[in-house]
Amino acid sequence: MVTNVTNLGRSGLSDWIVQRFSAIILAAYSLCILASFVMNPDMDFEKWSSIFDNTAMRLFSLITLLALCAHAWIGMWTISTDYMTSLQLGKSATFFRIMFQAGCVLLIAVYLLWGIQIFWGN
Amino acid sequence: MLVSIYRYNPDTDEKPVMQDVEVELPEDKDLMVLDVLALVKQQDSSVVYRRSCREGVCGSDGMNINGTNGLACITPMSTAVKSGGKLVLRPLPGLPVIRDLVVDMSIFYKQYEKIKPYLINDTAPPAIERLQSPEDRAKLDGLYECILCACCSTNCPSFWWNPDKFIGPAGLLQAYRFLADTRDTADNERLSELDDPFSVFRCRGIMNCVAVCPKGLNPTRAIGHIRSMLIEHGT
Repeated sequence: MVTNVTNLGRSGLSDWIVQRFSAIILAAYSLCILASFVMNPDMDFEKWSSIFDNTAMRLFSLITLLALCAHAWIGMWTISTDYMTSLQLGKSATFFRIMFQAGCVLLIAVYLLWGIQIFWGN
Repeated sequence: MLVSIYRYNPDTDEKPVMQDVEVELPEDKDLMVLDVLALVKQQDSSVVYRRSCREGVCGSDGMNINGTNGLACITPMSTAVKSGGKLVLRPLPGLPVIRDLVVDMSIFYKQYEKIKPYLINDTAPPAIERLQSPEDRAKLDGLYECILCACCSTNCPSFWWNPDKFIGPAGLLQAYRFLADTRDTADNERLSELDDPFSVFRCRGIMNCVAVCPKGLNPTRAIGHIRSMLIEHGT
């Protein structure tokens, strides 16, 4: 049976709000990156890395990374509880769903840690 | 006119089949789909379907007509079938089939029951009745008219995937009907019971429910109002 125990906020409302706010952050960050390309037509690695030397940009990137992780988890959790239920997969649904969700958590954790290392590492 | 009907008796049949029946239709009349079903039943009395009022009030004959959910009694053949095409009748999707076009609606009613579809008022009852201003009464228009035919909920993928957890458009329209009622004092309790990841928030706003409601109601809008109330209630 599909249960709520693995969702992010245990409340539909909190998940819904987190998903919408994180989407706004992701959209703003995408526009910011797009603008940096438009304003620097001769973009090279030096310019690109100098953008991320700025602490404000690093903070914005970290916030975006966290927003991406929350957004991805809520989305993947929703997909798994929609399509990987006993109606579709029979008795083994819970096992497959938990495995899928565990895979998502692992991937998200790797992206998060890797992202932090890229933005804040030496 | 060729009529293709979903036939299935779970007790005797291994799997459902589509049975083709040729029916002679009068040329000067635009029959309703239910009338055509009656003509089919004259030929083959073993065809099973629900019907009662035959005027779109009872909601018994909800079925899938040429791919679209609707009430057979108020769907004219001219709307259901394009010229030269055949009439294809299937049971409402997503619910267990009891026989032919008759589905088991237990889970649909269970979701309806969950939203407590009755007025809750903990104040002392007045001598005669609880009065309501015409403006407050008008808030219920577009909500109370639902006849629970299940055309909307069985057209909703979220209800197909989680029929035991997602209330579904019909139930949520009624949930808002009582949330919007000024005579009801249980808004907080009602909202608390809806604030889980499934009951309301599985609605993705695809408006399949609006597209098929035979009464022209708008469950998606009602769900939007419930979301707004939940935001006010929860923040």
